[in-house]
Amino acid sequence: MRPSASPSHAGKPVKSREIVVSRLVKDLALNKYLYMMMIPVLAYYILFQYGPMYGAIIAFKEYSPIKGIVGSEWVGLAHFQSFFESYYFWRILKNTLLLSLYSLCFEFPAPIILALLINEVRNKRFKSIVQSVTYMPHFISLIVICGIIKDFTNSGGLINTFITYLGGDGQAMLQKPELFRSIYIISDIWQGMGWTSIIYLAALMNVDQEQFEAARIDGAGRLRQIWNVSLPGILPTIIIMLILRIGNLLSVGFEKIILLYNPAIYDTADVISSFVYRKGLLEFGWSYSAAVGLFNSVVNLILLVLANRLSKKFSENSLW
Amino acid sequence: MTKKSRLERTFDVCLYTVLSVLVVITLYPLIYVAFASISDAAYIVAHKGILWKPVGVNFEAYKSVFANDAIWSGYKNTLFIIVFGVILNLFMTSLGAYVLSRKNVMLNKPFMIFIIITMFFHGGLIPFYLVVKGVGLLDTLWAPIIPFAINTFNLIILRTSFQSIPDSLEEAAKMDGANHLVILFRIILPLSLPIMAVMTLYYAVDKWNGWFYSSIFISDRDLFPLQLVIREILIANSTEGMSSGGSGNDLFQIGETIKYATIMVSTLPILMVYPYLQRYFVKGVMVGSLKG
Repeated sequence: MRPSASPSHAGKPVKSREIVVSRLVKDLALNKYLYMMMIPVLAYYILFQYGPMYGAIIAFKEYSPIKGIVGSEWVGLAHFQSFFESYYFWRILKNTLLLSLYSLCFEFPAPIILALLINEVRNKRFKSIVQSVTYMPHFISLIVICGIIKDFTNSGGLINTFITYLGGDGQAMLQKPELFRSIYIISDIWQGMGWTSIIYLAALMNVDQEQFEAARIDGAGRLRQIWNVSLPGILPTIIIMLILRIGNLLSVGFEKIILLYNPAIYDTADVISSFVYRKGLLEFGWSYSAAVGLFNSVVNLILLVLANRLSKKFSENSLW
Repeated sequence: MTKKSRLERTFDVCLYTVLSVLVVITLYPLIYVAFASISDAAYIVAHKGILWKPVGVNFEAYKSVFANDAIWSGYKNTLFIIVFGVILNLFMTSLGAYVLSRKNVMLNKPFMIFIIITMFFHGGLIPFYLVVKGVGLLDTLWAPIIPFAINTFNLIILRTSFQSIPDSLEEAAKMDGANHLVILFRIILPLSLPIMAVMTLYYAVDKWNGWFYSSIFISDRDLFPLQLVIREILIANSTEGMSSGGSGNDLFQIGETIKYATIMVSTLPILMVYPYLQRYFVKGVMVGSLKG
């Protein structure tokens, strides 16, 4: 697909640029209807995806709705500085990182284990029951899930009643900062484990059956087969999922946090994105909040690039 | 040999036990909610712990929920968002996927990069809000629709699927003088019905469950989609307006069951269609994951 005309004139960049331009003009004419069809799509991306990227410059300005983005005054890194120096910085950074780390340790492996288990079930009916039931919570809206969580962990709620039997004090669990992370992670696993396992099940179906055959002949038991055949078989999928996960390390599901948290547990529940939401949209600190959001996006991007590079180096799997 | 098969059997027993427990844990909260919603409110408030069956069956809570105008207008607004949202989603996504799946379009590679960048980098919530505000979509039902016209991940899945359709069909149509729009709508889309079904479902479920952007873009209560109405009842705990008459204590008690009834009313539609749709969803995830 390389431009075939350029190699012989490689030493003359001007000429090759001319060739590219003339090819492009020809291409634009030839495919003009396709390009016209692309216009609404590009317009969408420019307006609603790149527009906010441009708008992010308000992080370096003192945005005033009256003056608009262009008219507002530049303040340089002042908002970043006041964020980094604020009491909130360490609290929300710590909360975000801890919640992400816990989710990486507990939420990430859960669907893999579930897929490996489901894959071992030989009874077709039982298998499909397990699958249908575990996928289901994925389709229940977050509002309803959080409503149920709040209700069950309330004093006198279903789960809290059990905890009381086991020696808990029966107070509403979402009023206790030390419990927030567990509630968040456990309910996340409950809701998402089955659905995410589909990806791994699909990967498992592509594992060569002969390898299982061979392992069996070598006398490997079921656990050994899982460990030595199934798991390596889905490793590339696991790594891709892991890279993506790391790239989103700082953006924990804040919709859920907004629904669940309350001032009593800000100490453990407030994360970067919920802070952005509160400061920006509820307290109208547009520029300050945009600075915090930009910080979040940049760190995410850096993490993604790093994770991708590491993975390329050690496993030859990468996103790009 | 016998030793090994005993090991095998132990493994199976563990396997089935673990998975059965998992099924129960996943299902029980929903069963509890269903039972509680048709139980006597006074009993639910007084009783703690597991519920094995509905107690003092009555449908008072459902009556209150259905008597609430906000629920109905919520349904109506959600329906609007789903119908027009999904039409726009499908149109825009297939338009983009079609062009990007054509060979010999010189700018397709830059276009792809342009689009994929948005999967990894965002301007952030506040600038996004300002854009939507600037376009004048605030407080309209289009706010949860137009700014979400394309999901990049879906676009890539659809493009991959379009690419796998043989070129010869397109060429034959071109011979007959068909233009690109005709090729897309008369040839490519009819051949892609299964994947289009998956796209429809994904987008529709997103719209059905979506609440966050509606909550920041829409402040007019008459335009609240169902999820926002539910949020008021479940999260903000305001059931007062819904149960008429009675003493404060009665109100509190019925309020508890109203919550459960609300959950059922807002979740049943999706749970009822879910068994029929499940395989399409699964198919979508598989397509997505294999190419992802």
